[in-house]
Amino acid sequence: MATGHFKEGIAGGRLSSEQYADNFSDLHPPLDHHEALVESDRCYFCYDAPCMNACPTSIDIPLFIRQISTGNPIGSAKTIFDQNILGGMCARVCPTETLCEEVCVREVAEGKPVQIGRLQRYATDVAMSENKQFYPRPEPTGRTVAVVGAGPAGLAAAHRLARHGHDVTILEARPKAGGLNEYGIAAYKSVDNFAQAEVDYVTSIGGIDIQNGKALGRDYQLSDLIRNYDAVFLGMGLGGVNALRADGEDADGVTNAVEFIAELRQASDLSGLPVGRRVVVIGGGMTAIDAAVQSKLLGAEEVTICYRRGQEHMNASGFEQDLAAANGVTIRHWLQPKRVIAEGGKVSGIELEYTAMNGDKLAGTGETLTLVADQVFKAIGQSFVPAALNGSGASIELEAGRIKVDAEGRTSLAKVWAGGDCIFGGDDLTVSAVAQGRDAAESINRALTSNGRA
Amino acid sequence: MADIRNNFVGIKSPNPFWLASAPPTDKAYNVIRAFKAGWGGVVWKTLGEEGPPVVNVNGPRYGAIWGADRRLLGLNNIELITDRDLQVNLREIKQVKKDWPDRAIVVSLMVPCVEDAWKAILPVVEETEADGIELNFGCPHGMSERGMGAAVGQVPEYIEMVVRWCKQNTRMPVITKLTPNITDVRKPARAAHSGGTDAVSLINTINSITGVDLDSFAPQPTIDGKGSHGGYCGPAVKPIAMNMVAEIARDPETHGLPISGIGGITTWRDAAEFMALGAGNVQVCTAAMTYGFKIVQEMIAGLENWMDEKGHASLDDIVGRATPNVTDWQYLNLNYVAKAHIDQDACIKCGRCHIACEDTSHQAITSMVDGKRHFEVIEAECVGCNLCVNVCPVENCITMEPLAAGAMDQRTGKPVSPVYANWTTHPNNPMAKVAAE
Repeated sequence: MATGHFKEGIAGGRLSSEQYADNFSDLHPPLDHHEALVESDRCYFCYDAPCMNACPTSIDIPLFIRQISTGNPIGSAKTIFDQNILGGMCARVCPTETLCEEVCVREVAEGKPVQIGRLQRYATDVAMSENKQFYPRPEPTGRTVAVVGAGPAGLAAAHRLARHGHDVTILEARPKAGGLNEYGIAAYKSVDNFAQAEVDYVTSIGGIDIQNGKALGRDYQLSDLIRNYDAVFLGMGLGGVNALRADGEDADGVTNAVEFIAELRQASDLSGLPVGRRVVVIGGGMTAIDAAVQSKLLGAEEVTICYRRGQEHMNASGFEQDLAAANGVTIRHWLQPKRVIAEGGKVSGIELEYTAMNGDKLAGTGETLTLVADQVFKAIGQSFVPAALNGSGASIELEAGRIKVDAEGRTSLAKVWAGGDCIFGGDDLTVSAVAQGRDAAESINRALTSNGRA
Repeated sequence: MADIRNNFVGIKSPNPFWLASAPPTDKAYNVIRAFKAGWGGVVWKTLGEEGPPVVNVNGPRYGAIWGADRRLLGLNNIELITDRDLQVNLREIKQVKKDWPDRAIVVSLMVPCVEDAWKAILPVVEETEADGIELNFGCPHGMSERGMGAAVGQVPEYIEMVVRWCKQNTRMPVITKLTPNITDVRKPARAAHSGGTDAVSLINTINSITGVDLDSFAPQPTIDGKGSHGGYCGPAVKPIAMNMVAEIARDPETHGLPISGIGGITTWRDAAEFMALGAGNVQVCTAAMTYGFKIVQEMIAGLENWMDEKGHASLDDIVGRATPNVTDWQYLNLNYVAKAHIDQDACIKCGRCHIACEDTSHQAITSMVDGKRHFEVIEAECVGCNLCVNVCPVENCITMEPLAAGAMDQRTGKPVSPVYANWTTHPNNPMAKVAAE
């Protein structure tokens, strides 16, 4: 039997402790002072800058970069936080290559955009390391708002509401705040417990009370919140994981990728985290890439992503796909899971069926392929679980399985707003959730201050 | 192959690149290294009169300004003339000249403004068999407080007087180095000419403070909490220096007076530009202090390649070629019309041309056409100012296109006149020399 790195089955301790530390170090190391000056000088300070228009939170990117270049990182951080109080995390996890940096005129001109994400991290790191707080807490208004979920949308909403003087209570089902920032981001994108540091930074404005272990539908009902608070913001994200709809997916060794990612982020000792020798990841988005790359970094020998459509259809950005390839992950296309093969209840392989477009519909071709695997990750998307919402009172209107909101984030229920992944029209991006939380908070504030009660 | 040998007021050197009088030419060790690297000549750092040498500060002697990647754009210094013993310098000069006979060695001098002082120093310099002397009338700091350097250079009468003393007391060619810290550089040049100078060299450094430490509120460079204006040099001063060279070259009173061009010369191209404006050779300092002596190899090869490419056989073919094209504003052709043109294939859509024109000029560049981000010149508004060209980050993306005679200028609604016409004859000019027809 092979041992160490090549242990059969799902096992931990495949690598040395140095290898774990190296593999899970910062994906994009921070720019130092001089690097930041040089990079900021590359910015052309465009008129009506395309990067700014591409940012879901509309950060004034040319201005914050110019502030870095003039030796004013604190002013730069304020420019960022004015629009996006989670600018620190967004600097780390935004797929900038499909947002601001994709439209940077230098990307268009020379294929080498200004590194906006890393510059944003530089400025926000300076401000956060000094715990520089830009927004004084005003006199409390006496208005109270409940926020369900301490993820990016909820935190952004809470901070903006606190800035307006309202008292916010965040109810979070998990033991820690941060949402996907804490539980859903690949470890090498957010090192040194940054998500919790950011939660502390955001909440230190005052007037925000986070209560952990409070799950909607289990510990309280939406109707309780509507009754007890002046307004409610729902930002609970997606609770469900889509099934493979393949035979045998209950076998031991078939895991939800999001759980694996969360477990990895919470692990204090990566060598204790078991991973398969041969791993197959089903899916084509960021979650699939995160799970696959991290499996490889934990010491898996073979990691294969199988996606049922073509490369051009993958939700994962080109950068993410390249990252996977650079880490030795094989990405295969036009393959859908058919049957999980198990021996003694444990996964030993997966049978996949080739697919093709039949007109505009995807269909199996009948040809199959079997990959040896001792671990299979499901990463084919998450779904909103509305059950918790409808435990009491009037039911909230949904659209395509998610909460329906208007342009200001208002739901079909009076006094109830929503934002982030749980709403219809969300795009699974941290930065979009921040924008939605922020804008809903402004709507709530308008409602609370114009006529007293929402 | 182009011949770049230089003969400047009879001083011969294998190329026109000399090191200026400055720290790099303070002693034999440096000068020998420079000659080994290929420099055509040096102006030995300024000697003072016999006696205890001057002393320099022992804190920072230089200040600088930089581009974003610490590219040195401008340097400032508060070093004085040589702080080494006169006899040591003279011995070294003599030895180096003996060992490097094909290279030019000119000795920079600064002694008090009395004839006896000059009479004393000239023979001992002559004895070294140096090729010539350069009178330091430019040093803007320290020495000027003692009535030397720029204190002389700012008074044309003193310049003329000292130059005359020197011409009367030495057989060596005399080059008079001018300070830019003066209102009209033609005045000291004329004075030097009247005194009989063989040439002028310019510019010396410009009075400057490179920065202020915002914690201590002290000017930089800071010596124990205080600072003094130093001499500014390097790439940032080149345009100022070139104008002064051109002013002297085209001044009827000094026309033909040999000029050694100095001021921010960093590349062969800089040197060629100075020479085109009338400099017979060039002197370099900051570029060597930034990159070391090796840069001369690029200068030599670059100048030769350019001359070969353009068919210029010797330096005589290029010196002063641009001088006739430097004129007064009043003689510029007011009937010449150019319009900016944006190459849409080259445009990266940063919008800088638009906002510069919109905010600060003539509202002649679009930002949006048919709902799309699009930058295009509105010819009816464009005055041809060239600002957009200067702010565009892409070379040759925006160009100034002259309108042919007869073409309609959409801004004025009139066809472009084929006739040259300038301000001196313009009807709006109350001093017009010829009445408008």
